[in-house]
Amino acid sequence: MGHHTNLLSYRRRLFQPSPAGDRKLISIYHSRPLFSVNSNLFCLIDESMWGIIRQNVGVTGGLSSQGLGNHMMRLRPVASAMRSYSSATKEMTVRDALNSALDEEMAADPNVFVMGEEVGEYQGAYKITKGLLDKYGPERVVDTPITEAGFAGIGVGAAYHGLRPVIEFMTFNFSMQAIDHVINSAAKSNYMSAGQINVPIVFRGPNGPAAGVGAQHSQCYGAWYGSVPGLKVLVPYSSEDARGLLKAAIRDPDPVVFLENELLYGESFPVSAEALDSSFCLPIGKAKIEREGKDITITAFSKMVGYALKAAEILEKDGINAEVINLRSIRPLDRATINASVRKTNRLVTVEEGFPQHGIGAEICASVVEDSFGYLDAPVERIAGADVPTPYAANLERMAFPQIEDIVRAAKRACYRSVPMSATA
Amino acid sequence: MTLARRSSGFLKPLSTACSSSFLHRRPYSTDDTTTITVETSVPFTGHNCEPPSRSVDTNPKELMTFFTDMALMRRMEIAADSLYKSKLIRGFCHLYDGQEAVSIGMEAAITKKDCIITAYRDHCLFLGRGGTLLESFAELMGRTAGCSNGKGGSMHFYKKEACFYGGHGIVGAQVPLGCGLAFAQKYRKEGHVTFTMYGDGAANQGQLFEALNMAALWDLPAILVCENNHYGMGTAEWRAAKSPAYYKRGDYVPGLKVDGMDAFAVKQACKFAKEHVLKNGPIILEMDTYRYHGHSMSDPGSTYRTRDEISGVRQERDPIERIRKLILAHDLATEKELKDIEKQARKEVDEAIVKAKESPMPDEPELFTNVYRKGFGVESFGADRKELRTTLP
Repeated sequence: MGHHTNLLSYRRRLFQPSPAGDRKLISIYHSRPLFSVNSNLFCLIDESMWGIIRQNVGVTGGLSSQGLGNHMMRLRPVASAMRSYSSATKEMTVRDALNSALDEEMAADPNVFVMGEEVGEYQGAYKITKGLLDKYGPERVVDTPITEAGFAGIGVGAAYHGLRPVIEFMTFNFSMQAIDHVINSAAKSNYMSAGQINVPIVFRGPNGPAAGVGAQHSQCYGAWYGSVPGLKVLVPYSSEDARGLLKAAIRDPDPVVFLENELLYGESFPVSAEALDSSFCLPIGKAKIEREGKDITITAFSKMVGYALKAAEILEKDGINAEVINLRSIRPLDRATINASVRKTNRLVTVEEGFPQHGIGAEICASVVEDSFGYLDAPVERIAGADVPTPYAANLERMAFPQIEDIVRAAKRACYRSVPMSATA
Repeated sequence: MTLARRSSGFLKPLSTACSSSFLHRRPYSTDDTTTITVETSVPFTGHNCEPPSRSVDTNPKELMTFFTDMALMRRMEIAADSLYKSKLIRGFCHLYDGQEAVSIGMEAAITKKDCIITAYRDHCLFLGRGGTLLESFAELMGRTAGCSNGKGGSMHFYKKEACFYGGHGIVGAQVPLGCGLAFAQKYRKEGHVTFTMYGDGAANQGQLFEALNMAALWDLPAILVCENNHYGMGTAEWRAAKSPAYYKRGDYVPGLKVDGMDAFAVKQACKFAKEHVLKNGPIILEMDTYRYHGHSMSDPGSTYRTRDEISGVRQERDPIERIRKLILAHDLATEKELKDIEKQARKEVDEAIVKAKESPMPDEPELFTNVYRKGFGVESFGADRKELRTTLP
């Protein structure tokens, strides 16, 4: 098993259900060829390593078949990289990407410190800050009591006096306890002081739903923070996003709200050599076109980017060529990229997990209507979380958040193709 | 009110009626640094700590500076009152007259590298930190010469180079922020301290106790100063707090109760506190003070307290009067000279107001400046985004 054609035939086998059932199949999908830079050696992770690989899969609740399908997608870029193996791509989980970004920025600037609940001795509630306490000591990795208003305020005060805090909220649901400091003490200070007091702080943590965590632990705060002038709001999807945007956020002289996603922490993505460099940074305020298309634009952020990409694959089979935009930044919102895409495709579906009223999709729709009205061939479609507090029961929770079929259906509606087309050639 | 009982023996207290000493009196000088010892009006009360001595060292220069500076502050606040009534100041205006001794005494004990942060009653603290009258009045009137270019207003005065961090409108928010300043000072091993000021109304805020817990846990050099003027807006302290002994509210954190109308008591307490926190972590200072005006300009200040009470405090405890009596008792200046100083203060304030009125309102593009320190060419919009749209620098 050492060359291209064998690998392809192996891949064909992967897509057939294994008699042992789905879980075995999932593990295979996560086995990716490892490349070494200097040789032609391909080696597939064999079955004895499945146990290790399974740990990389999201630990909560197991994967649904959509998640499974989602990962089927990622074999494609890997395959193309195989052909040009000299530009070796490494795999990295989002968790490791965030951890390495924090590590590098703390090493580069002694003013950067991390503060939050369980960030130190516990190694991070989600292990994002693992190893940092040992490396940098308790003065720079500060465990706090469960007092969000207090430590968020302390973080902002430290930023006033020139330090660069990274404040972790265990989830952004808890940021509501401290939201006055994020908005009134951090976001508005540079303006109110006419530039005297800037606040180089990052508030980071998981945002939006996880799996089965209930109503008080599942809200998305993108729309809330995204409406505040003076804040920057970033929403990484892949590991490269996580690294580049977190480094940019820490270096930024303004307050940044960094919305991660718990279920993405364990997902692996390929990262380029450039992204692994310690000076790597992504621009704030620029969206990324994850998949180019010409029939319809789908905007998404965070975990929904993966769903949108999967939906695009399904739409492709029906002859709809979708362009998927990974927003990366809610504030500033990259209206230019979104509008340019809609002017090309003439149709738009916005996807988000948050509550629908006054959501991100509403703002994108308004922006497109204002700037590109003449280019729209169909009304803008919004896919969002259901307009209810999040239920616990698994079937109801599934209904409460966008699924891939919701995105597909909305895209077809926007293309006036509600009835499935008969198969083309 | 006690006058100086002990002195270095150099100068003896004189009664104000005495005129025979006229020939021996020197004209007042602002350079004299001979030590004079004064006693605070009342002894300090300590909680979990040994209170400092009532005897405070000062000198004629400091006494005269106290008088001059407080007279200026008093004059500024009264002028702001008139400006507000003539609608040149809009929105909020919270006046500090009566509480000047807290600012003056504190400044005498600390340096400009120690940080101060307070809430919205910040005009005099700004002046104490080195702010000018022009910056103050211009900001109140919303002009570009203001310390925040007219974009902040009464509640948002800042002077970062003097470590004055505002100027905050949300009651209680400044306390965690102040503990954060102290955190940064400790992180950087600066050897300086932060004075975090709040009122009796804010003293019940949960975030204060959250921040105090962390400050105590991590030994931050944070001094929490409760300016207890006995009324949180219209609510008297006994109606708001089960325990109005604010200096004791820190529980495990030591506290000191101070006569906030006595500039020397404040000075002594702040000096004591600064030494304490650099070794032992946070301390609470409760300044027993009083505001003559209402909570803000929209509050007459007499619906929840009697006019007798207000005038009583003015007669018995006014901070400027105390210094005047001390100066006269030590024969450092005549009554006329002191009156001249007050006239001079009035003149300076009037001149500053004239200049502030000449300063223009901010240019319209200023609407969009300073949203970010680094804007990345981000777009921003006016009320009608088709009409007013710009790129942030």
